[in-house]
Amino acid sequence: MEKELVVKSTTDNLAKVRDFTRKTAEECGFTEDTLGKIVLAVDEACTNIIKHAYKYSPNGVIIISIKFDKDRFSISIVDEGIHFNPNSVPEPNIVEYYKQKKVGGLGIFLMKKLMDEVKYSTISGNKNEVILVKYLSE
Amino acid sequence: MADFNVNLRGVGSVSVIDVNGYLDAHTAPELENVFNKLLIDKHYKVVVNFNDLKYISSAGLGVFMAYVETMRDNKGDIKFSNMKENVYNIFDLLGFPILYEFYKDEKEAVQKFSELS
Repeated sequence: MEKELVVKSTTDNLAKVRDFTRKTAEECGFTEDTLGKIVLAVDEACTNIIKHAYKYSPNGVIIISIKFDKDRFSISIVDEGIHFNPNSVPEPNIVEYYKQKKVGGLGIFLMKKLMDEVKYSTISGNKNEVILVKYLSE
Repeated sequence: MADFNVNLRGVGSVSVIDVNGYLDAHTAPELENVFNKLLIDKHYKVVVNFNDLKYISSAGLGVFMAYVETMRDNKGDIKFSNMKENVYNIFDLLGFPILYEFYKDEKEAVQKFSELS
């Protein structure tokens, strides 16, 4: 099973991305709690792309492809924006954040907490891909 | 389009913000506008009532991070109330309960401010 959604890099598309993700994940029979986690992780990934890869330029493209079998629910999110190295983002410490008045960087941390796998890579030249996986055999 | 509404009301000397719907990177600026208004009016005692909030992403959480210290520096605070379990779980994942006070009811949160003064 594979489904795809292509959207422009604007924040008003986040609701559409969430609906698409939720409807597709519902087909796999996840619990409401897990559905919420998957939807939020995809929102965070797309928000990061809009903010950092495309720097809020509305003309970028985000391609979301979801495939699943009996074991894995896998979401690939591809963009053509600025390359992003997730290893450059330290794991946030909420108390340090408070002291430094820092407000970013929470998205990646959340994605890692919410999903079973989070993998970043560069594909065919200058495209970036992040793959989020949730195991179905919980 | 994400469906989000924010409403500001006064309960005694405390400002109560009602948030409703979906708080994400698209709608977070609406909440920032309310906090900016509070700063202009020098209202630093804030309770956010989450009763009707269905969804929050890190963009929404970031708004509270951005304003809480200013409120505390001015003898105020941002306290949370009426949060649904699915929304609380996100705050909890990021460790917010170390830094923020969460209350079951708005009334309880509002009263905490009067206990201090």
